[in-house]
Amino acid sequence: MNESPLTSSSAAWRIQPQGDRCLMIYFGDQIDMSIGRLCLAAANLLRHAELPGVTDVVPSFIALAVHYQPNGRHGPRYAELAAQIERLLSQDITPDTQTGRDVEIPVCYGGEYGPDLDEVARHAGISTDEVISLHTQPGNLVFMLGFAPGLPYIGVHDERLNIPRRASPRTAVPPGSVAVANRQSVLYPSRLPGGWNIIGATPLSLFDPARTPSTLMQPGDRVRFVPIDATEFDRLREAQQ
Amino acid sequence: MSITVLKPGLLSTFQDLGRTGSQHVGVPVCGAMDLKAHRLANLLAGNDADHASLEITLTGPTLRFEAPACFAMTGANLQPTLNGNPVAGYRPLIARAGDVLAFGAAPPDTGVRAYLAVHGGYALTPVLGSTSTYVRGGFGGHAGRALAKGDVIGLHASLPTAPESLSELAQALWQIRVYVPSALSGRTRDYLRLLPGVHWDEFTAESQHDLLHAEFRISTQSDRMGYRLEGPPLAMSTPRQILSEATGYGTIQVPSGGEAIVLMADRQSTGGYPKIAQVISVDLPDLAQRRPGQSVRFASIELDEAQRLDGQREEAFTQLREALAPLRALLRT
Repeated sequence: MNESPLTSSSAAWRIQPQGDRCLMIYFGDQIDMSIGRLCLAAANLLRHAELPGVTDVVPSFIALAVHYQPNGRHGPRYAELAAQIERLLSQDITPDTQTGRDVEIPVCYGGEYGPDLDEVARHAGISTDEVISLHTQPGNLVFMLGFAPGLPYIGVHDERLNIPRRASPRTAVPPGSVAVANRQSVLYPSRLPGGWNIIGATPLSLFDPARTPSTLMQPGDRVRFVPIDATEFDRLREAQQ
Repeated sequence: MSITVLKPGLLSTFQDLGRTGSQHVGVPVCGAMDLKAHRLANLLAGNDADHASLEITLTGPTLRFEAPACFAMTGANLQPTLNGNPVAGYRPLIARAGDVLAFGAAPPDTGVRAYLAVHGGYALTPVLGSTSTYVRGGFGGHAGRALAKGDVIGLHASLPTAPESLSELAQALWQIRVYVPSALSGRTRDYLRLLPGVHWDEFTAESQHDLLHAEFRISTQSDRMGYRLEGPPLAMSTPRQILSEATGYGTIQVPSGGEAIVLMADRQSTGGYPKIAQVISVDLPDLAQRRPGQSVRFASIELDEAQRLDGQREEAFTQLREALAPLRALLRT
């Protein structure tokens, strides 16, 4: 994995319009920790810049989206906003390693909580304990949230967890499920369809619109999964309610 | 001060300008499908700020006003009646306590969504900064769902209750000239205009040509989340996996099956399908008013021009807002 420091001035990025109310900034073309960190650093920079007309700054694996209103009294047109962003990014920003929080996520692995754990182990050619050991290594990054409110995409896991998605997706995955595919994890905040391999479940609530903040995780958080047993799972779930 | 839902209608949800600011944590924007009609309804009901309006789909609800209110309806003409008498859209109207607002069938040549705004707005609790209903997520609007029979919705503003003063107000409102500028009219376009999507260059020349020249039909599998388009299949020259990234209202994405989907108000904040094009903002209200089975054609436009038209529409809203100052003055007294 490329862990070398990468700054925006040394990296190539390109800005392009996505329709008349959004622009995209691309920092790379594949999932990579340093590209992800650069997206997150740029997201922080642009959010704090409070550019007029900008409503949302949305990081993802390789790109950052800036949603804006070009039509208000101070709303910028595309060329103007792109130039502003170009200027901001040209300052030497470094990949975001400081601003994210350290978050520990308790996970009960296997059994009814992780019906695909055995299959993942078989596919990886290792034991289920080794899968759990690889999955609980520190240093994971929340690249982005999407698909549903509060659903994080977390990675990049060890090469041995490079497992394809299930051939046939489930129509309903239980809330709290922790699922892996392609060296990443997603956590399902609510009952949703999903094709990822479920290896465990967390008792924590991932999204509650009445809570501040509404989501358990934010883009840029550093995540460590901590194994718990069923008793602890029940205790934590009750404490949530 | 409230209204009571006697019949809920097919899909009646409260929507405002949308839940912006939370897309980075995966929260969909939602908001009115036809933002133009929604904003018009608010202005015509004498509102200065944006309040949620009731987005009414095809079959309207039956509502009883429990207190006097000023209201306005825009968007599709779903044949509204007050106590059985036809009433006009696109102007402020007065309801008295006990009045019943009902809707008829949608004529085939009209749109599918009407917007009902009340002066002062509905009493709804904002969730993450918005009162828009997100039905899939079960939050926002009224109880996070579409209207149901027996719901009671509070109203913020009160009007005079004495019959004479209410008649006087109704008379005065009727005298107000309401002229909706042409930039805000509900006219249907022959072609909806497109900007190239971020993956436009990766689609085959044939797909690019088809998108701009073929006729597409809006599939029955279309809703507030997305409109599926039936037509010539679209394909990338070299198909590849796209990493999930942000989408917007009007993004046209193409899953591997080749059937284009236009993402609408309840779209997910991110998506992992290639994006061939983007419907321009000023043409989205037109698309949002089309129903499954109707056809749609596209034409290309330049970004500068699309943003100029967007600015022009905003200017028209500003002018209309200024022209309606007498209406707001009347309702303040």
